[in-house]
Amino acid sequence: MPAAELHKKAAPPRLALPVFVPDFMASASAQSANESLHTALDNSVTKKDYSRRTMLAALPDADALRALAGNIKRHTLDHLDYYLELLGKNVVAHGGQVHFAADSQQANDLVIAIARRTSSHLIVKSKSMVSEEMELNHALEAAGLEVVETDLGEFILQVDQSHPSHLVMPVIHMRAVEIGKVFAAHFKVPYTDDPPTLAEMARVYLRNRFNEADMGISGVNFAIAETGSVCICTNEGNGRMCTTRPRIHVAIMGMEKVIPAMEDLPVFLKLLARSASGQTLTQYTNIITGPKRPGEHDGPEEFHLIIMDNGRSRILAGDYRDTLRCIRCGACLNACPIYRKVGGHTYGSIYPGPIGALITPLFNGLAKHKHLPHASSLCGACYEACPVKINIPEMLILMRRDQVRTGIASRAERWIFGLWTWGLRHRWSYWLGQAVQRLVLRRFPAKDQWIAKLPGPVAGWTRARDFPRPPRHDFRYLWKEHQAAKKTTIGRGQRHE
Amino acid sequence: MKVSLFITCLTDLYAPTVGMAVVKTLEHFGCEVDFPADQTCCGQPAFNNGYPEHARDLARRMIEVFKKSDYIVTPSGSCCAMIRDHYPHLFADDEVRQPEALEFVGRTYEFIEFLTKILKVDLTAYRLPEPVDFTYHYTCHLRGLEMTGDPCINLLRQIGNCRFVPLEKAEQCCGFGGTFATKYPDISGAIVRDKVQCGNRTRAHVMIVNDGGCAMNIGGAGHRYGSTFAVRHAAELIAAALEGGQDNARR
Repeated sequence: MPAAELHKKAAPPRLALPVFVPDFMASASAQSANESLHTALDNSVTKKDYSRRTMLAALPDADALRALAGNIKRHTLDHLDYYLELLGKNVVAHGGQVHFAADSQQANDLVIAIARRTSSHLIVKSKSMVSEEMELNHALEAAGLEVVETDLGEFILQVDQSHPSHLVMPVIHMRAVEIGKVFAAHFKVPYTDDPPTLAEMARVYLRNRFNEADMGISGVNFAIAETGSVCICTNEGNGRMCTTRPRIHVAIMGMEKVIPAMEDLPVFLKLLARSASGQTLTQYTNIITGPKRPGEHDGPEEFHLIIMDNGRSRILAGDYRDTLRCIRCGACLNACPIYRKVGGHTYGSIYPGPIGALITPLFNGLAKHKHLPHASSLCGACYEACPVKINIPEMLILMRRDQVRTGIASRAERWIFGLWTWGLRHRWSYWLGQAVQRLVLRRFPAKDQWIAKLPGPVAGWTRARDFPRPPRHDFRYLWKEHQAAKKTTIGRGQRHE
Repeated sequence: MKVSLFITCLTDLYAPTVGMAVVKTLEHFGCEVDFPADQTCCGQPAFNNGYPEHARDLARRMIEVFKKSDYIVTPSGSCCAMIRDHYPHLFADDEVRQPEALEFVGRTYEFIEFLTKILKVDLTAYRLPEPVDFTYHYTCHLRGLEMTGDPCINLLRQIGNCRFVPLEKAEQCCGFGGTFATKYPDISGAIVRDKVQCGNRTRAHVMIVNDGGCAMNIGGAGHRYGSTFAVRHAAELIAAALEGGQDNARR
């Protein structure tokens, strides 16, 4: 799809992804100065990044495994229609029911309809990013249903009425002190910030809810087309409770979550937990195939699989198909120097970090999130971390190109780059450009050859650090001298004169 | 061996002595160095900002300027990565230019890469006049060239009086990112402050940074917030050791 068309089509009346923090720049500035956030993130995400490296380095050939995982995803996406149909057929063959939702509204309506038909009132939920994308809890509550998040992090967020800031560690932005305050108010108990006590409070409360619930909702980490199974990976065991205890189980997935066969699953399981949290496997890996069968004691009476598009087929058709490979492990967030300084909320939607910087604009339109593809130093740490080898920096550059092509980039910027390129096409204009820079910059006051304040387009530079004063002579001059003397030593002059 | 220098625009204007250190090192190891004066820029800023057509113009020019060179050596990691990672794709649809681009890419080396892979230099016979503790920042774009860390550190460690001190979060970007540094100064500033703090904690005299942009960024932040280390290119340390001459008495 041409970029212009993508841009136009990417502006639906209702945003595909809810946006919680509309002003990227304001949030980025505030969080960049928030040193306690930086320390917290270094103690969590940066550490996880190192665990990931250690775990992957211990594998015989992690790089080949990542390439294999990426290729399986690429193949599946190239034949997505086939695998979705196969998945649907096999879910039904095992007694499950399959529903396709074009957007999040339809997906919410489907869940509500299932709840009404089965007289479900209390719903327990395990962690699912796609349900965040749908704002499912709001929809359920608006329909008069009670819904309880059962992942500890998501539960805290539900009580606090806030939003996740990380794909797998949703409350990474909150400290125990804050969680203690939230719980004291909610449970009407004396304040404590002791993590085991807080976890126990949630545990006791949730245990009862599991027993009382009519319906359990889960996400899907991988849906296996060949067998009609869904695989759900969790660490707290709440996922298993949600999918086995209540009468009804509704699993919701984005349509890119399908993989061809059971033999592909180990490739992803081997990578997912290692990449996400530096574990060999998550504590619980559930493979669920249909509802309880006749004669079986455990499991739900009904199993529903909701497969949601919500803009994914549009992404599939364009230049950014590879973003749909994402398995939501969060490794790119943990590796990202920007995420480590601004945290997850700054990215605006529930998909933060490098992958969020791509998919949020893809869901909501490039014009709506014009900073996201630019707020990256293109360092490549995300690409290196990605277990399915999504070349995120390359696609951020592609998105910048599409901003230029669709007129989102400012006229001034386009003009500057045109002039700049023209100047570099000739030796004389290059020389002139460098000479003017030197002449102008050498007029600014400098201390130890560093300039503290510059105006205009480079004011941003000196807002954060000093700018070097160009030495009197450039390399070309020194080179000529060297050629002339052929005996010159390098000690000539200090670094900045 | 004939070597052409691609100095890059930042080094030319802001760090010419780094360029001279490269020249001196290459000449010391028997290279015949030349400097094609028509060179300007590899096109990286245009490419990264979403102007591939502009970048292609400049890439075409680069290939032309260095047509006669046996080897092209550059002291800047990101410019080398621009050539190696993106030039082949820039001419993907051009049957004539793409082989030229690939051939040009094959002749282009980052400075340390050239010393270790082509010249295979051994610096164990050289020493610095004074003991120097150095730490090493893993400039991001050297990652793709598989030149991150070890090759450069190992090379510098061969020099007498030169001691390596590891840097915390060495592989975390310094926050430069070209126009990113001026467009998002608050984020970029937070990242580079982190780098300076990690550098200070090493108590090293010198931080080796083999990229013109990263060096400007870390150096500028070091001056603003106070650093206990100087930012240097590996070439400067090597050239200083070479100047001291062979140290036959050592070991």
